[in-house]
Amino acid sequence: MKDLFQGYKGKALETLKKYNVRVWGKANIKTTRGTFNGTILPRSENDDDQHIVLKIETGYNIGINVGTISDMKETGYKKANYKVPEKEFPYTEGQPQVKLFGTGGTIASRLDYRTGAVIPAFSPGELYGSVPELADICNLSTEKVFAVFSENMGPKQYIALAIAIGKEIENGIDGIIIAHGTDTLHHTAAALTYMVQNPPVPIVLVGSQRSSDRPSSDAALNLMHSAVAAGHGDIAEVMVCMFGPTSDEYGFLHRGTRVRKMHSSYRSTFRTLGDTPIATVTQKGVKPIKKVYNHRRKDRNVKILPYFEEKVSILYYYPNMQPDIIDALVACGYKGIIIAGTGLGHVNKPVYPALKKAIEKGVHIFMTVQTLWGYVNMFVYDTGRDLMALGVVPLDNMLPEAAYIKLGWTLGQTNDRQKVIEIMQTSINDEITKREPYNGYLVYQGGVPEVEQFVKNFRK
Amino acid sequence: MSSKFDPQKNYQQTKKQVGYMERQQTAPEDYRRIGFMSGLEVHQQLDTKEKLFCHCPSGVFHRNEAYNAEVIRHMRPAMSELGGYDGTALMEFKTRKNIIYHINNETACTYEVDDTPPFKINPEALGHALKISLLCNLNIVGEVHITRKQYLDGSIPTGFQRTAILGVNGHIQLSNKKVNLIQLSIEEDSCREIADIAHNRWYKTDRLGMPLIETVTAPELMTPNELKEAAEYIRYLNRSTGLVRTGMGAGREDVNVSCKGGSRVEIKGVAHNKWIPELSHNEVFRQWALLHIRQLLKERFQKEEWKMQFQQLDLLEYHFSYQPLLDCRKKEHQIVAINLPGCKGILSHFTQPGQMFADEISQRLKVIACIELPNLLHSEQFENIVSKNDFDKIRSKFKASETDAQFIIWGAVNDIQTAIEIIEERFKMIFDGVPNETRKSLANGTTIFERVLPGADRMYPDTDSAPIPLSDEYINTLQANLPEETYKRISLLKEWETPIDSHTFILSKNLFPVIQEIIERFQYNPKRISTIFGHTYKHIVGQYKVRSEFNYRKLIALFHFIHEQELHPNIAPYLLPILYQHPSMDFASMLTSLKFKKRSMTELIAPIDFLIEKFREIRKTDDPKDAANWIMGQLHHQAIGNIELSDLRKNVDKRVL
Repeated sequence: MKDLFQGYKGKALETLKKYNVRVWGKANIKTTRGTFNGTILPRSENDDDQHIVLKIETGYNIGINVGTISDMKETGYKKANYKVPEKEFPYTEGQPQVKLFGTGGTIASRLDYRTGAVIPAFSPGELYGSVPELADICNLSTEKVFAVFSENMGPKQYIALAIAIGKEIENGIDGIIIAHGTDTLHHTAAALTYMVQNPPVPIVLVGSQRSSDRPSSDAALNLMHSAVAAGHGDIAEVMVCMFGPTSDEYGFLHRGTRVRKMHSSYRSTFRTLGDTPIATVTQKGVKPIKKVYNHRRKDRNVKILPYFEEKVSILYYYPNMQPDIIDALVACGYKGIIIAGTGLGHVNKPVYPALKKAIEKGVHIFMTVQTLWGYVNMFVYDTGRDLMALGVVPLDNMLPEAAYIKLGWTLGQTNDRQKVIEIMQTSINDEITKREPYNGYLVYQGGVPEVEQFVKNFRK
Repeated sequence: MSSKFDPQKNYQQTKKQVGYMERQQTAPEDYRRIGFMSGLEVHQQLDTKEKLFCHCPSGVFHRNEAYNAEVIRHMRPAMSELGGYDGTALMEFKTRKNIIYHINNETACTYEVDDTPPFKINPEALGHALKISLLCNLNIVGEVHITRKQYLDGSIPTGFQRTAILGVNGHIQLSNKKVNLIQLSIEEDSCREIADIAHNRWYKTDRLGMPLIETVTAPELMTPNELKEAAEYIRYLNRSTGLVRTGMGAGREDVNVSCKGGSRVEIKGVAHNKWIPELSHNEVFRQWALLHIRQLLKERFQKEEWKMQFQQLDLLEYHFSYQPLLDCRKKEHQIVAINLPGCKGILSHFTQPGQMFADEISQRLKVIACIELPNLLHSEQFENIVSKNDFDKIRSKFKASETDAQFIIWGAVNDIQTAIEIIEERFKMIFDGVPNETRKSLANGTTIFERVLPGADRMYPDTDSAPIPLSDEYINTLQANLPEETYKRISLLKEWETPIDSHTFILSKNLFPVIQEIIERFQYNPKRISTIFGHTYKHIVGQYKVRSEFNYRKLIALFHFIHEQELHPNIAPYLLPILYQHPSMDFASMLTSLKFKKRSMTELIAPIDFLIEKFREIRKTDDPKDAANWIMGQLHHQAIGNIELSDLRKNVDKRVL
């Protein structure tokens, strides 16, 4: 019964019931503002109960205030069928076998009347139906591992993915794509870098900044780029594949530990920090930027290390931070804390005692920088030396998010202080780099003539 | 018989068969006979400070080369809310266009290029649009829902236009009939196209996102003139609020036309209302001609039987002298000949003045296959570009019959493939009648193919924005501040005996409230005041460039001054040009510059005796009327601003005659 009035509640629901008109019913509505004709649409649960949504004949939607309705008649009924056309993904002899794991997110999404926003949707047929070009790149099989928005991805999902990847590699797959929401794409990329070590094939995480229900979505091109990287690329690492520029031009392949989402809505939001991306990718192929990377191999010698301790936190330092925050984390049973400190890796003096107490209780505390670029260096100032003396361990140029994920993964394996420090400080795949190249930090500012010239001529 | 086929003769003959006549010779009965039916979509930019969904300035425009950055996008069809794909969308996808946007930092932000979600709708724009909706007697919605309307031509970087219905089922009152309005929507304006060459199309983003309304009439306009009247009416109505932009491109009309048995065809972006009659006239006859073509072809074939043949031509086998064909070797382009069975007489069939059926094909090749013009040679061209020998050779390859016709097309391999599909598709469409299209208007009153007409299957709720409720209190406040309805203004102008030739100027420049206020406040003669504005002021506007300090309040202030100083309003035509050119000058100084002096009737007529004497000395005739005229001429200047000239004339006549 409830389904007849999808999303309606309160007064609006009463009105529909009173006049016996259903969602998807064609209705003639008399109101104090005149007569309206159209099809009743479902309403978002979060919207008010004062209005009924109507699709009028010209295809537009309007809302009618139920308070103005004097009469209403259902004159017909036609339920819409919003479904991406499903077509069986064709197999082409000689093309690489690529597996696509679906986790949800904008790359595969459709309209959701419950929230009025978009929800994840995914099937190989749907994918092929909307991006048929994929069939020219590889033989694709898909598996829906879960359907969650990226902010709902967590340790459970990292572990499930790592194990699924391990199985696929064992079964001889040529490359793996993981379709993922973009918000925490870099967290997952870091987690998989630690959990899936020494992979013989590319593992490519991909998302989109504009959902695939939009004509100018970046989803299709990102998917094609990731299929090229996974099926044909030589780089056998965990990578993020997203738009290079905001234009439909080329994608970047970013190392999973050095990448970060840097803009809330830009298509070219993912950037490699403190280094260059590993490669660019177009439909024609992968073009390495970095000379050193792990090459594709024939063997299947991958190490799957699916561990994670959930009681880990990240603390973004701000002036006047009170020590009770740290006390509270300890009291709540947190086993590890990553601090994103100011400058070279600092916090203020009043929290020192709290940090000392925490470390004495066995909490593992590491320092990263909230400047994102550059190294922690705790020798430059006394404050840094004091912190180290307390037992806070610097993590060089590891990004705070990459450090957080790594600490969770490390503490999932051991609680031994020396071992934890050793694992944290030993780079698995460039989460710490020994040097920052000069072109690893390029945040240009507009307004400068030569930058404007560059933007006009090259940045698309 | 076949060897004597003369395409020019065929063109003239089919033109006659279709019954095409000049618009001036076409009577309302003729339009009724062929079932002329049309409606309008009137687009009007609103005058707001900012754009509709972001905070960029509205109404600032740049030259093509003034840009700071460019962005490249490609569009893919996305499904509508009801689960279908739109025909236009699929067509645009076929074109595989690179869309290049030029961005100027002053007028476009990351919203315009779809890198930032929309901000809340501009309340100023919403208020303006609702006022106009109320004036259109529309039923105002209870809640505004922003909808995405797909446009894959690239004119909007998102691939859709954010638009929302504000009211439905309204009407306007024309001189002889009431015309229903289907709806009024508020929407963001699109990019301005810079160029479209082969697979690249350039746009600039200054206009993109400016608030725009679209008023849609029911298809109830039954002659080209009625159509124009409705367009003018809506323009006056929009302008009567003083809340809309004027000038180049601020108002554009889409004209929907069909004939009996035809289809809805939309003539897009008509910039001048005066073009509407000719465009709609030619369109209805174009449809009539296409139906005639259908009849001809149906007499020869069933739709399923008709099948065309094509084959690639080798340059070496022919003696082509046409440069574009010769260039194909260098460009590695294909040349393909197509045989169209039973289509003799169809290609050169009349469609519009100066256009034949083959042009319909050529235009589609340009738009969909992206093959630049000229892109087609055929067997019924007026001039022989391909020799008879070569055509005979082609015909023999196809084993073509006497009743067939042939095309030659050329271009890049991929484009040629699309082109062949397009040609086959268009010929099959002949059997169905008139294809739904949008067409681009040309200044000579004819149209060319622009794209397939989109349907309702391209709408999608905008998941980035929440619905906006419109309370009764809010609507009532807007209602309280509306100008009178436009038809009432028109009837008042008639009552005032305002010269009919000045109605357009007064209504389109929204001078009506100015005139009305002057008449009511200062009790001047309505005919005199409206004529001053309809003639003198119009002349001034045409003559001089407007200064930024000038505004309509200054016009009222001028008449206030005239009234206060107890001047005669016949001085207004002399003061107006000064005010228009020097809006900051004080009125007293303007009088000084005219060398004005206050004089009574007695003072003015005092020199008459002297002037009579003077005229006797210089006279060429003895007619006393000439004397009176000459004396009036002498006194005219001093009388202006002091007395009614006809009163002076009476005094002069009394003394002279």
